[in-house]
Amino acid sequence: MQALYAQLLVGLINGSFYALLSLGLAVIFGMLNIINFAHGALYMMGAFVAYFLLNIGGINYWWALLLAPIIVGIFGMILERTMLQWLTGLDHLYGLLLTFGIALIVQGVFQNYFGSSGMPYAIPDQLKGGMNLGFMFLPIYRGWVVIFSLIVCVATWFLIEKTRLGAYLRAATENPTLVRAFGVNVPRMITLTYGLGVGLAALAGVLSAPINQVRPLMGADLIIVVFAVVVIGGMGSIMGSIITGFALGVIEGMTKYFYPEASNTVVFVLMVLVLLVKPTGLTGRAA
Amino acid sequence: MAETATADAPAKTASGGNLLQVRNLEAWYGESHILHGINFDVNAGEVVTLLGRNGAGKTTTLKSIMGIIGKRTGSVKFNNQDIIRTTSDKIARMGIAFCPEERGIFSSLDVRENLLLPPVVRPGGLPLEQIFDLFPNLKERLNSQGTKLSGGEQQMLAIARILRTGANFLMLDEPTEGLAPVIIQQIGHTIARLKKEGFTILLVEQNFRFASTVADRYYVVEHGKIIDGFSNAELAANMDKLHTYLGV
Repeated sequence: MQALYAQLLVGLINGSFYALLSLGLAVIFGMLNIINFAHGALYMMGAFVAYFLLNIGGINYWWALLLAPIIVGIFGMILERTMLQWLTGLDHLYGLLLTFGIALIVQGVFQNYFGSSGMPYAIPDQLKGGMNLGFMFLPIYRGWVVIFSLIVCVATWFLIEKTRLGAYLRAATENPTLVRAFGVNVPRMITLTYGLGVGLAALAGVLSAPINQVRPLMGADLIIVVFAVVVIGGMGSIMGSIITGFALGVIEGMTKYFYPEASNTVVFVLMVLVLLVKPTGLTGRAA
Repeated sequence: MAETATADAPAKTASGGNLLQVRNLEAWYGESHILHGINFDVNAGEVVTLLGRNGAGKTTTLKSIMGIIGKRTGSVKFNNQDIIRTTSDKIARMGIAFCPEERGIFSSLDVRENLLLPPVVRPGGLPLEQIFDLFPNLKERLNSQGTKLSGGEQQMLAIARILRTGANFLMLDEPTEGLAPVIIQQIGHTIARLKKEGFTILLVEQNFRFASTVADRYYVVEHGKIIDGFSNAELAANMDKLHTYLGV
């Protein structure tokens, strides 16, 4: 039973990363119509920025949680301004190829300097240790990751679905020309949206650094599963990507307990099943 | 009058100064050349209607003024400022508002969000109470999804949302298209009232019977050019010509 709860927790942790990453992908896809294959590399950059901040600047985890998403977000906005914006109106394939190329270059550069092995990033003192919940032992840092990710996901959902800024975003997703003709600077909003999506990926990277170590290929391994999550949840739905992210993390964790051989493939099996039954994904709208 | 309007000096009336001045406006959709030199004026406080057959270039004219046609040349002056190279968000902020033919109601926004979407660009927009006074239906349906409204309600929403922004020059593209007569009448009353409130309106219409109830002046668009222009007083005298132009 202990092992089941432990796997459930691992599932929730992975689910947190899936949710943060697929949420960013959904926001970016909705607004820019780009399948952001660079997402995994930007997640990795988030972890590395936290690592540099700590080891070079002596800036701790809590500041990194704030600064890394901003720094990587700015890097993302530069990518959008200099490259992605020229793809407006072209087929998805161009955006996919461009961002895939960016991912390879970024990962290549980091691998060149840091190799493939992981570098440790210590859990901040305030979150060290664990709690005995009676039925299981809960490492505090892991509990923090799940709860904090959930809060960030819900806050992002609220921003997009319930605020005026979110209304601009949703409207511009449907008809950017008209929103611009109302006096909204849509190109700037697109840049900021890309920055937001990238920032969420970097935030996930910082959260994961103490758990998974900091490695140049940490994002490349994760992003394939995240894309399966996005396909299952349906591109473009905010709540859909959050729920699917957490749910698939848990399902994966459960599979590790009940049938470990399938734990690496269960997400893809589910993806195939969902695509057969509902090609737009569980919560997706038809394109 | 009709002759002068075809060339560089379009018909003018005496109501207020020249608000919009369009000269030799040409526009392209990709490779196809749609407007071949449009010339006309709109004076402050007027309701001016562009008449013409399908595909004549009426909608393209509005979109070119709004800055949402990629390639356009010539000159469009609004308040004496040339806006031919200005981006649409800046044009909107100068006080021009556009209500597109397809209405452009957002399905992922509810009626309230649709109504409040266009940012206020300058002071002097209608307060919400006055908008609900004009369109009482909208008030009852504020929480509905935008596209769940009837066609008539969507049209009212599309007009209502540009009234609170403070824009004083409204471009309405076929606001009566596909609507029931009683709703058309309501939209007619609304336009008349907006004119009284001091709005200047550039209307595109196929339905000139409707247009004749609200317009001060008309221009006829054909093959991307203005081929005629006359005032409402001259409408009766121009009826035969108009039938020929419009093929009705």
